Amino acid sequence: MNIGNESIQRRENTPWNSEGTSRIPFRVYTDAELHQRELDAFFYRNHWCYVGLEAEIPNVGDFKRTAIGERSVVMSRADDGSVHVFENVCAHRGMQFCRERHGNKKEFVCPYHQWSYTLKGDLQGVPFRRGVKQDGKVNGGMPADFKTEENGLTKLRVATRGGVVFATFDHAMESFENFVGETILHYFDRMFDGRKLKILGYNRQRIPGNWKLMQENIKDPYHPGLLHTWFVTFGLWRADNKSALKMDKHFRHASMISERGNAQAANDVSKVSSFKESMKLHDPRFLDIVPETWWNGPTAVMTTLFPSVILQQQVNSVSTRHIQPRGNGEFDFVWTHFGYEDDTPEMTERRLRQSNLFGPAGFVSADDGEVIELSQKGFEQKPEHRALAELGGRDVGDTDHMVTETLIRGMYAYWRKVMQQ
Amino acid sequence: MKSAIDFETYLAITQLHAAYASAVDANDWDRWTELFVDDCIYRIQPRENYERGFPLATLSLESKGMLKDRAYGIRETLFHDPYYQRHVVSAPNIISATADRIECEANYVVIRTKLSELSTVFNVGRYVDSIVRTSEGLRLAKRICVYDSEMIPNSIIYPI
Repeated sequence: MNIGNESIQRRENTPWNSEGTSRIPFRVYTDAELHQRELDAFFYRNHWCYVGLEAEIPNVGDFKRTAIGERSVVMSRADDGSVHVFENVCAHRGMQFCRERHGNKKEFVCPYHQWSYTLKGDLQGVPFRRGVKQDGKVNGGMPADFKTEENGLTKLRVATRGGVVFATFDHAMESFENFVGETILHYFDRMFDGRKLKILGYNRQRIPGNWKLMQENIKDPYHPGLLHTWFVTFGLWRADNKSALKMDKHFRHASMISERGNAQAANDVSKVSSFKESMKLHDPRFLDIVPETWWNGPTAVMTTLFPSVILQQQVNSVSTRHIQPRGNGEFDFVWTHFGYEDDTPEMTERRLRQSNLFGPAGFVSADDGEVIELSQKGFEQKPEHRALAELGGRDVGDTDHMVTETLIRGMYAYWRKVMQQ
Repeated sequence: MKSAIDFETYLAITQLHAAYASAVDANDWDRWTELFVDDCIYRIQPRENYERGFPLATLSLESKGMLKDRAYGIRETLFHDPYYQRHVVSAPNIISATADRIECEANYVVIRTKLSELSTVFNVGRYVDSIVRTSEGLRLAKRICVYDSEMIPNSIIYPI
């Protein structure tokens, strides 16, 4: 039947069959081919992706293995103190040569044929390059026109700001500052204000859902005051808090800014089922919150830098959350909690205590992984259907409240433009 | 200093391990908290952080009150997909012992079973324990679950 064929063809060309982005086709989460195109368009071109913190590699020769999209990369500190990022694929036979996740080295050597590279990723040694002498003649060797300088590792362009390292495979990329844009850069600089960072540790979880769902989770101020009992009950994040939502001009990055309100006050917000009026902690040290001068007001600012990272300030707990996709239906989520060099021991303890709210076992964040997994299950069972994101209207724009899904609509407006869907 | 302990003490340690596994596998969080002294430490910590000296734990509780708050969280505030867990715990390795305090370790495997799903290995590691004698028998003053598992399969809700 003609009509049937047409509609099938339409679905194959684009998952979107409506204007705007308030209806999101499930196929953007379930389609493996779209996922490959996303990796290319968002992670490997035109975007600065998160790699790590300079504090993870403080000394010359320090390195950390991590990922951009689904490609393994190594961040290292060279002899002159500069930070470099190169792809973890040997220039010779393509082996993923770096297996340790962190450490200190003078050079990188691929174990297979011992090609060696400097801390900047330049090829420095090729065994038997000039051949092997035997019975007065030279056997083998690389061709005379082989040049080490043309056969280094794939190097990425690196940008550092406030102790955070970003990289891109795209050497024609605009500056990191332009990429983030003035509005969001303000919130980036608030958290990374030049003070040295102190690594507190890592949490790693594998979430069986599409990677975009984590970006959406932190662009969705609707759910925290409903799903997360702790947030609504203790006033950390609820719909009647003084708040603002801001985006860059492309709508890809966003900050959700909130100021802790009147905890346990009764009003519309306290009628939600997750609000527990009588809830008291046996040990209130979980919420031993001490305001810091750098906050300048907001008690929580959650920033999504598209596509690769979330920057968390929730009261005294600060972290980066790195998104590393693994196919369309799964991603690794790596949390790096940190503090600042001028933290007192009490402040470090406080950051650690409050980290109990976040991460894969967090009183708050454990829920997020669970709902993402179950959303993906819903998408998989009826991929032709769509999700709805119409709270606060169908358009996109900054707001001075959080009763809206505008940031999700914004992200997909950008997605549609880049993916030409 | 390594000191010999008598068989009765070794048996009591083994029984404490068994009681612990039984409580957490039965979702009996009140029984779980009562296996600790008031001033206790309970942590679930990645081996990476433990060995590199990073203080961050995936869950870090510093008093019986905090354990009770976790129990309340599991029952009342944390949304999660329901699951069973099943612990298999090795014989304890006694590191050192005095009259009233024993430092010991034991390996563990936790198998998770979600409803309508296969059973899978959820978390693997070792308990690093300090056990003290109380009038009610042996109790945990410290339990650090140092886990090898490089990736948490989504989330950890129940104590390990």
